[in-house]
Amino acid sequence: MQRFIFRHKNSLMVVNIVFIVIGFFSHWVLRNDTLFDIAMMIASVVGVLPIALQAYQALRLKIVSIDVLVTVAVTGAFIIRNFEESAIVIFLFLFGAFLEQRTLNKTRSAIKALTEMAPESALRQTGDGEYEEVDVDEVEPGDILLVKTGAKIPVDGTVIFGEGSVNEAGITGESVPVEKEEGLKVFAGTILENGTIRVRADRVGEDTTFGKIIELVEEAQDAKSEAERFIDRFSRYYTPAVLLAAFVVYLISRNVELSITILVLGCPGALVIGVPVSNVAGIGNGARHGILLKGSEVIHAFSRTDTMVFDKTGTLTQGNPAVARSLHCRNGTVQPGLGPEEDLELASARSYLAAVEAESDHPLARAVLRELGEVPARQVENTRVVRGAGVVASVDGRQVAVGNLALMEKEEIALSEEAARSIGELERSGSSLVLTAVDGQLLFIMEVRDQIRPGVEEELRRLKRLGVKNLVMLSGDNQGTVDVVAAELGLTEVHGNMLPEDKSAFVKKLKEEGRTVTFVGDGINDSPSLALADIGIAMGSGTDVAIETSEVVLMNSDFRRLAHALGLAKATSRNMRQNIVIALGVVLFLFFSLILSDWMNMSIGMLMHEGSILAVILNGMRLLRFKKR
Amino acid sequence: MKSANIQLETLTCPSCMQKIEAALKSLTGVDKESVSVSFNTSKAKLKFDDDALNIGDIETAITRVGYEVKKSTVK
Repeated sequence: MQRFIFRHKNSLMVVNIVFIVIGFFSHWVLRNDTLFDIAMMIASVVGVLPIALQAYQALRLKIVSIDVLVTVAVTGAFIIRNFEESAIVIFLFLFGAFLEQRTLNKTRSAIKALTEMAPESALRQTGDGEYEEVDVDEVEPGDILLVKTGAKIPVDGTVIFGEGSVNEAGITGESVPVEKEEGLKVFAGTILENGTIRVRADRVGEDTTFGKIIELVEEAQDAKSEAERFIDRFSRYYTPAVLLAAFVVYLISRNVELSITILVLGCPGALVIGVPVSNVAGIGNGARHGILLKGSEVIHAFSRTDTMVFDKTGTLTQGNPAVARSLHCRNGTVQPGLGPEEDLELASARSYLAAVEAESDHPLARAVLRELGEVPARQVENTRVVRGAGVVASVDGRQVAVGNLALMEKEEIALSEEAARSIGELERSGSSLVLTAVDGQLLFIMEVRDQIRPGVEEELRRLKRLGVKNLVMLSGDNQGTVDVVAAELGLTEVHGNMLPEDKSAFVKKLKEEGRTVTFVGDGINDSPSLALADIGIAMGSGTDVAIETSEVVLMNSDFRRLAHALGLAKATSRNMRQNIVIALGVVLFLFFSLILSDWMNMSIGMLMHEGSILAVILNGMRLLRFKKR
Repeated sequence: MKSANIQLETLTCPSCMQKIEAALKSLTGVDKESVSVSFNTSKAKLKFDDDALNIGDIETAITRVGYEVKKSTVK
């Protein structure tokens, strides 16, 4: 019986409406007030059933829910034989809930669309080489899966056979298909647009990048800020307080009409629903644009950002530097190129340099290796890394130092007048330098340049327009290099020669000055700064790392999503405040109308109450359409 | 101990969560600390002792307070 009532809540609402219509028809057309009362009575009883049942179940669990308030109010109206009021209040309450369910589904639609992209089944190879369809939960790492045209790739894995083009929009936000062939990685939740591939599962289920994204988004939409937790706690005591207040008013005034009106006016609604609605719509918009915001706390902090600190390499620049110019030094003179083949000293120095750089995964080292090309391999011993300066090692019993000017000074390597002049010029032009010395003699000067990422300048301008006052760049490179980049990009402040711990100390200092700091870095050696800043954004190291370490995740490390992310955070935060104002405004308005006017009654109260809930939901829905300007 | 992940009908009022949470916590065999009902995802998550009760009992507890269960997974 109870189940039947709950399941047919909407049908009961229709019956309620029909009898209300019959009632008014009897009243206005037939002029039959007995029929009017009977119709309204039936409408009330039918409509109140699901509400009263829920109220009863709530009371059994010692919770005074909104259903309890409404049921008591309707019963009161019934007792004073105001059947019209009771019927209409019930109708408004049921119809309000009906509309709220529909509109709430809309606000959550963006996130739902994302979660529905999760793969459900897979074609798994069996022992005899055939393929059987299995639930995606049954797939284990190491399984061989077949993916056909148009199918979702069920796991994170490696292509072992075949080729095809894959739409990776779900992971990267990029809708241009990517070609995949043997040996390349594919990701769960992406779609094979054409071709057929066989994939070895590397990671399955929640461990896949897509699984992590879903988990994060699901957590984010319900992650609560301190203010929301306060509202929750408040509403727990609020409803019983309203019930008590109505009872006290009745005891004093003996006015049932007034008491039940208080019950209806006191229903908490827009206040508790307003903030979560903005939150889910804002996060949903982000998810559709390749931006993950980790909850409302993050949204608030991010929206207040006044200082944005960027790491240079890999964030503002491509992090893929190349050697722009090479010089070699012989007998105090500096000449272009890496020296002639016949010069045996320079030839062996080249292979020493290659051997030392081969041991490092520093971007500069890779640039140098690319420049050197094929050289004979050498054994490297006693490698000593001088942080922020370079490397010293012995090769073939000779002392090799590779690094910047600071390293040369530290190792007391003498520079000829001409060499010192060349180095000075290059430093001022904003390049990074890789200097090579063998047994205390400077032999090579290499100038390495890093390209600025496309679109960075425009994006920084947008950030400024969004109210970020300070755009700061920190870098381990020399001051000359960072000054050049800063001038090109219009940054407000730059600091070179910074070690990771200098960067985090700098972030700490900014925070102590009372600024709200967002740090954008590569997520590997910048992790202390990322953790310390109010908001950390990891870039340039894959979505995986970013998801774990960042408060705001930009898919595919796309710098061009940064302004949208900030704009969206601001809009969402503003939307939440608007909803709180709407909710409180309505409550105050109702309260004062009750005291100061004589037109306020139960039905109007309920209408305003449901209306304000719909108003905050519709306001929240605006966020789904937010676009960056 | 098993953990259940239950997809509910769209929750429209945050006070629904209170009710569902209380209903789940009142069951013997459910780890009270683990119960969480989230509004936007309309999901309930909890851990329970599968010797004391099964997922059917948990679903019944939710439908009894007036909310539909769409789908549930137990691990």
